[in-house]
Amino acid sequence: MTIQPPLGMLVELTHRCPLQCGYCSNPLNLLKADRELDTATWLSAFKQAEELGVRQVHLSGGEPTMRPDLEELVSCLSGRGVYTNLITAAVTLTRERLFALRDAGLDHIQVSFQGARPETTELVGRYRGAHEKKRAVARWAREAGLPLTINAPIHRLNIEEVPEFVELALELDAERLEIANVQYYGWAYLNRASLLPDREAVMRQVDYVERTREALTGRLNIDFVTPDYYADYPKPCMGGWAADAFVLTPDGLMLPCHAAQSITGLTFDNIAEHPLRDIWEGSDSFNRYRGTDWLPEPCQSCPRKEVDFGGCRCQAFAVTGDAGATDPTCIHSPHHDALHELGSAGEIRHRAIGRAPVDA
Amino acid sequence: MRAARLEITPSCRPRLPRHVHLRFDALREKPMVLAPEKVLWPDEISAAILKRCDGQSPVHEVAEDFARDYAAPCEEIEADIIAFLQDWADRLLIEAEPGETQTGSAP
Repeated sequence: MTIQPPLGMLVELTHRCPLQCGYCSNPLNLLKADRELDTATWLSAFKQAEELGVRQVHLSGGEPTMRPDLEELVSCLSGRGVYTNLITAAVTLTRERLFALRDAGLDHIQVSFQGARPETTELVGRYRGAHEKKRAVARWAREAGLPLTINAPIHRLNIEEVPEFVELALELDAERLEIANVQYYGWAYLNRASLLPDREAVMRQVDYVERTREALTGRLNIDFVTPDYYADYPKPCMGGWAADAFVLTPDGLMLPCHAAQSITGLTFDNIAEHPLRDIWEGSDSFNRYRGTDWLPEPCQSCPRKEVDFGGCRCQAFAVTGDAGATDPTCIHSPHHDALHELGSAGEIRHRAIGRAPVDA
Repeated sequence: MRAARLEITPSCRPRLPRHVHLRFDALREKPMVLAPEKVLWPDEISAAILKRCDGQSPVHEVAEDFARDYAAPCEEIEADIIAFLQDWADRLLIEAEPGETQTGSAP
């Protein structure tokens, strides 16, 4: 098969973060600052990524503004014509820094809100005064002329606030609202019994978002990441494994998706040791599930195989123990029913560096 | 967020927002549009229309030029261009100067 060049890159610059959300998309074993790549290695990687075909970069974490060299990293990308998106929790971002990032060439900012209400934002992220700090950053972003996305990760504790998230996005003059139902890997998988909303709440939400999205056409873009636990068919995860995007971790591992490290049978290459092109085109981890030739039955003979590519490898691994299995969110998966056996809801285990849950 | 949905008319003067970039991708050898969390691949004609979205040219003028270049009826071309730009405006990828104000007043 022909390997297409990558278009998008998600860069997790650091695992450090002032928030402790129980659904964090970082791996369970969070890295300390001393494991992070230095500036020169990032700059080299960004140059290689652009030459390889990357045109849009999402700078994320952890909290990417914990990196003092963020302006330099943005400037390198924007100087090469790459579109830069900052994904931030925003609680530690100052007005001065935000304007400096804009001047370095930042194109777009995405600010997360853990709740539409201050008390929910504080409860979920465990950071005092977080909501007001986020609102301030959102206002500064608009003052700086930056387009703003409000990212709202949705789960059982805030699913009833979805209409209030829409009001918040309108009030803050956002261009986009991302209603992102939490995807259950890593921390979220660990806490899924406490976080997964019930089916009725999800159906009310889907109905509300579809109506509101229609009503606000041309005013606010609402992107909706659906909760696939209640779907009949899996999502086309990453548009297919290693199809057009990849992820870099704080210590330089190059991954086909941000949760790929949860698949214990795969080994990943480090960009400090190998050129990005070699990893993209030649590594076992990228080629293992690339394309559709590897698909098992019932996917191989399924008419939807070019629609969803068998779904998500990480979800298949988490639920069935086999990353090469059909995504269990598919009704044709023999494991589909097992998806809803969650156990009992316990206390949410919050992310914290150096306190990895050993029983995960 | 916009206070109201933008309606593309023959006299309005569309433009790309500052944060939406029309580029030519030399590696893939085709025009591309970079926008917040989106990359779009307009075909040749769409890219030619977008290139004319400079905040100066009214839609009817762009349609007249295209009608001449492609030897096609102007009314049809104008309807097609308006439909295309309306779709992009609905996704917040196009802004427009209203038709009533004077040419050259764009900030």
